[in-house]
Amino acid sequence: MGKREVDDRFKKFGTVSFTSITKTNDFVSQLEQGKIMGTQCKGCGLRFFPPRADCYQCMKSDMEWFEVSGTGKLLAFSKLKYGPVGFEGDLPYCIAVVDYGGCKVFGRIDKAIEDRDIQIGMEMKAVANTLPNGQLNYIFTNP
Amino acid sequence: MGKVAIIGVGQTAFVRGYPGSIRELAFDGFKDCMADAGITVKDIDASIVCSAPEYDKQRSPSGVFAEYLGLNPQPTFYLESLCSSSTTGLKLAYSMIKSGLHDVVAVIGFQKMSEISSAESQERMGRGTDVQWESPFGTMMPAYYAMFAGAYMEKYGATLEDLALVRVKASTYGQINEKAVYRKAVTLEMFSDPENPMSGPVSSPLRVGDCCANADGCSCLIVASEEKAKELGKKPVWILGLGSASAPVNMAGRNSFTTLEAAEIAAKQAYKMAGISPKDVDVAEVHDCFTIAEMLAYEALGFAKPGEARDLIRGRETYREGSIPVNVDGGLLSKGHPIGATGGSQVRTIVQQLRGEAGDIQVKDPEIGLVHNIGGVGLYANVTILGRS
Repeated sequence: MGKREVDDRFKKFGTVSFTSITKTNDFVSQLEQGKIMGTQCKGCGLRFFPPRADCYQCMKSDMEWFEVSGTGKLLAFSKLKYGPVGFEGDLPYCIAVVDYGGCKVFGRIDKAIEDRDIQIGMEMKAVANTLPNGQLNYIFTNP
Repeated sequence: MGKVAIIGVGQTAFVRGYPGSIRELAFDGFKDCMADAGITVKDIDASIVCSAPEYDKQRSPSGVFAEYLGLNPQPTFYLESLCSSSTTGLKLAYSMIKSGLHDVVAVIGFQKMSEISSAESQERMGRGTDVQWESPFGTMMPAYYAMFAGAYMEKYGATLEDLALVRVKASTYGQINEKAVYRKAVTLEMFSDPENPMSGPVSSPLRVGDCCANADGCSCLIVASEEKAKELGKKPVWILGLGSASAPVNMAGRNSFTTLEAAEIAAKQAYKMAGISPKDVDVAEVHDCFTIAEMLAYEALGFAKPGEARDLIRGRETYREGSIPVNVDGGLLSKGHPIGATGGSQVRTIVQQLRGEAGDIQVKDPEIGLVHNIGGVGLYANVTILGRS
């Protein structure tokens, strides 16, 4: 008997991933191709970010992907001086929420942006990012 | 169906490195409460154990505690809602009694956080948020609340000094609370002295002094039906209102970063059930895991209008002598925050206030008290209103 193949692509998401198997594994492959994707319910049209496999509004599990594109507005952010176990090498880094109109996105701010240049309300775009350890995430940066 | 009362309250001191196992910690809190209630284990017909499970080696601690505390064969079970676990336990006890299924229920909240390092603890706390989509970015509780602090300060012009004033108030009372883990004074000068540890950055804009400390501890409440309360209780304090709500776990699902919406909803429910308004509250305990959290609580509870929490703290209105005393036991900031034990400790303070047994921190003749207890970053919110009559 051969080993059953396991689709654990999600373990590549973020500096440390706490999830390996999810029905939204395609998110990681799309991130590898430079795209940040949410899901939209084919039944009722509701959009989700972070992407999900199931719609609570119409109870269908039939989604299509949409790209989070364009610029959004920075709603909130904080720069961490300490990090949890496994993230020490990334410090310091800034977490943030950006509003893209149709959806909000939680993520990190590009380290290249100086602290003094980060302002609530500023326009930011989300881009795919490869971390030093080879893992993938996305960051908010200047448009 | 009659009313429901709290007839016993107790807690251990909140400490760093409790010198015993979790069942022994539970015994200390339970014993303190039983002495206060003046009842025996035979009077208790069910128990609810509340904590955040990821700190323990023991799976399902309720079974172990029931045995150790002499609460077999009565039913016991385990409940968690992060930092709000023990007020969720209180709500459940209320429901069990109100339904007529039980008469006297013990709510035991505990946490022994010291067995793991602070960084590991932060990582576990961070996992009380969205582990699939947020934790991979390296999140911690202070960072989430810091996002709210930054957004709040930006919107309303509140300052770091306003936040620091909340900590200064907490330390005023923490110094005289023998159950508190942090007993030292904290001054504004400490926050402006770059050499002082209090001013050290944690997650911008929050500093060390803006954050509560981990601790080990246990709290216990005995909840009883009206009939049993009159039979057993020396000074019953009545549960007048209970509100609870939840919010999306992922920050991408939040509508606001200047308020915790679940707390606002829970407060409205509790006020409605009790038939009172915010101005009727004589003394309150709020979930000040961070200084900003206390400011947000003032507004969610209707003690201040949006953006005006700073006026309360600047005007010393939330001190013991003020118009609405808040956290006059030192709050989480001074007492420490042993996750599962925190809500029960808040309730204990309010019960003692309403009985007139709060000693040095007694506010003048309170009739109605309120407890605001939050789980996660406003993921869960419980607001409980207690009264003397």
